[in-house]
Amino acid sequence: MTHWIIALIVLPAMLAPFIVLAARYHIGIQRVFSLVGVIALITIAAGLAWTASDGTIILYQLGDWAAPFGIVLVGDMLSTLMVLLTAILALFVLLYVIGSGWDERGRHFHALFQFQLMGLMGAFLTGDLFNLFVFFEVLLIASYGLMIHAGGNERLRAGVQYVLFNLLGSTLFLFALGSIYAETGTLNMADLALRAEMIGADATVGIRVASVLLLLVFAIKAAIVPLHFWLPSSYAEAPGPVAALFAIMTKVGAYAIIRVYTMIFPPQLEATSGLEDVWLMPAALVSLALGMIGILAAKSLDRLVAFSVIGSMGMVMVAIALMTPDGIAAALYYIVHSTLAGAALFLIVDLVKSSRPSLSLVAMSPAAGASLTAGLFFAVAIAMAGLPPLSGFVGKLMILDASFETPFGVWVWVIVLAASLISLIGFARAGSIVFWKAESVPVVEGDEVFERPHALSYGAVGGLITLLAAYTVFGGQAQSYMMSTSQQLFAPDAYIETVIGSHGKMSNPLSEEH
Amino acid sequence: MEVLVASAVGILTATGLYLVLRLRTFPVILGMSLLTYAVNVFLFASGRLTIGAPPILTDDAALYTDPLPQALVLTAIVISFGMTAVVVMIALGAYLGTDDDHVDDPIISDEEDAL
Repeated sequence: MTHWIIALIVLPAMLAPFIVLAARYHIGIQRVFSLVGVIALITIAAGLAWTASDGTIILYQLGDWAAPFGIVLVGDMLSTLMVLLTAILALFVLLYVIGSGWDERGRHFHALFQFQLMGLMGAFLTGDLFNLFVFFEVLLIASYGLMIHAGGNERLRAGVQYVLFNLLGSTLFLFALGSIYAETGTLNMADLALRAEMIGADATVGIRVASVLLLLVFAIKAAIVPLHFWLPSSYAEAPGPVAALFAIMTKVGAYAIIRVYTMIFPPQLEATSGLEDVWLMPAALVSLALGMIGILAAKSLDRLVAFSVIGSMGMVMVAIALMTPDGIAAALYYIVHSTLAGAALFLIVDLVKSSRPSLSLVAMSPAAGASLTAGLFFAVAIAMAGLPPLSGFVGKLMILDASFETPFGVWVWVIVLAASLISLIGFARAGSIVFWKAESVPVVEGDEVFERPHALSYGAVGGLITLLAAYTVFGGQAQSYMMSTSQQLFAPDAYIETVIGSHGKMSNPLSEEH
Repeated sequence: MEVLVASAVGILTATGLYLVLRLRTFPVILGMSLLTYAVNVFLFASGRLTIGAPPILTDDAALYTDPLPQALVLTAIVISFGMTAVVVMIALGAYLGTDDDHVDDPIISDEEDAL
C-alpha cells in the first residue's frame, strides 16, 4: 500500500495552517511555501498518474479499516488524471497571483489557496460518497474565502449569492445521501455499485429518487442549465486568478457525474435507465446553446468568459450524456482542454482589467501592454471557440465523432456547430472592440495611467497556452490515454474488486459476506 | 413516530424553502438553517427509527440502532453550523457596505449599463 496518495491531501492541509500561523506577515515566505507545495503536488500527482496509467488501481485504506466500513482513497486513471490537472492548473494560477500581486490585496490568500487544493484533491480521490460531500464542503468553504478576497461591495454581494446557492446544493446533497443510505445501507462507492444491482424491480422508487437528487447536486456544481444561475456573477466578480482556479471546480461536478453514473448507476442498470438520455442530454444541449448565446450577448468581458465556461460545460455534458466509451473519452479530452483554456481566459480578463478603467465592451484608449494581451486573447479565444489549430477543435471533433451513430446525432451536430459559430462571432466582436478599436480612441491627457502588467503574469498565461498547444500536438497520445481511461470506467469490476476485496481491519477472511 | 418524524422533515423543508425564496439575507439565512435542521432529521431517520436501543452491535444483540447515521448527522451539523457562520459574516459585510440586504442582483438601468 503506497502512502503517496494521502500526501496529496495532507500536504496542503499542513501547509495552510503553517502559512497562517508562522508566515502570517511575510508575503515572501508565504509565496515560497505555496509554490514549493504546489510543485510537490505536481510531482506526486505525476507519479501516481504514472503508476495508474497501466490500469493499476491505487487503494489507500485510512486507518487500515477495510472498505465498506472505513473510508478509502482510490486512485484510478480518471482520479489521477484530474488530480494532475488540478496541480498543474494551480501552479500557473499561483505564478499569476505572485506576478500580479493579488495575494497582497487581502490576507490569507495562500492559506485559502492550499485549503482549496486540499478539498479538490480529496474530492477527486475519495472512494466514499459521504467523504465526497465533506471534501466538497472543504473546497467550498475555502472558495468562499477566495471568492471575496480583497473585498469590495459588488464582490461581497456576489459572494453572498454564491455561498447561499452552494449551501442549498449541500443540503440537497445530504438529502440524496440520506436516501441512498436508507435504500442500500452503504455509502462506499464500490459497495454501492454491488448493492444497486441487487435492488428488485418492484422496489426501485427510493434509489431512483436518490439518483436523480444526486444528479441535480452534481449538475449544480457543473453549472448545467437550469442550475447555472450562480455562475456568471460569482465568476465575474471573483478576483481573476481565483476565477481561473474555479475553472476546475465546475469539472468536479463533471467528474462526479462520470464516476457515479458509470459505476454506481451505469446506463445498463434498469432502475435508473433514461436519466442520461431523457434528462441530462437536453439540459446539456441547452447549456451549450445558452452559454454560447451568452458570449454574444455579454456586455462586459468578465461575463463573456463566465458564459463561455457554461457553454464549455454544456459541451462536456453532451459528451458525458452519450454514456458510451467514445463519448466519455471525448468528454475527458474536452475537460482538460476547457479547464486550461477557461483558466487562461480568466487570467487574460484580469490582465485587461489591470490596464483599462472597466471591463465593459466599449472602445477605450489603448493601455500599456495591450498588444501582447491582445495576442494572448486571440490564441485562447481560438482554443475556446474550437477552431483549428488548437485543442478545442480536436475535442469538438471527438465529441461530434462519438455522437455520430447515436440517436442524438443530428441534435448534437446541429447545436454544437451552430453554438461554435455563435461563440466565434461573440469572441471576435469582443476582441475587436476591446483591442482593435482602442487604437481609434485618442489618449486624453490627465487620464489615469495604467502600468504594464508584470512579466510573470504574462508568463503564466503563456504557459497555459503552451500547454494547450502541446495538448494539441500530442493529441493522438492524449486521445488513446483518454480512451483507455474510459474503458477502465466502463469495466468497473477491477475497481470494485480492489476496494472490496482488499483486507484490512474488520474484514474477516473466514466469514466474508461481500 | 414515523408520521411525526416525516411531517417534521416536511414542514421544516417547506418553511425553509419559503424563507429562502424571500430574497433578503435575514429570512434566507433563517430558511437555510431550517433546511439544514430538516436534512439532519432526515439523515437521522435514514438508518430506520428504533426506540430504546443502544447504537452498539454485538454478536448477541437482539435490538440495536444504526450508529452510522448518527455519525453522519454529527458531521452534517458541524459543517452546516460553520457554513451558517460564514454566510452570516459575508452577508453582514455586504449589508454594511451597500446598505441593501437583497440577495438578488440589482436591476441595472440601460444608461448605467452603457458605462
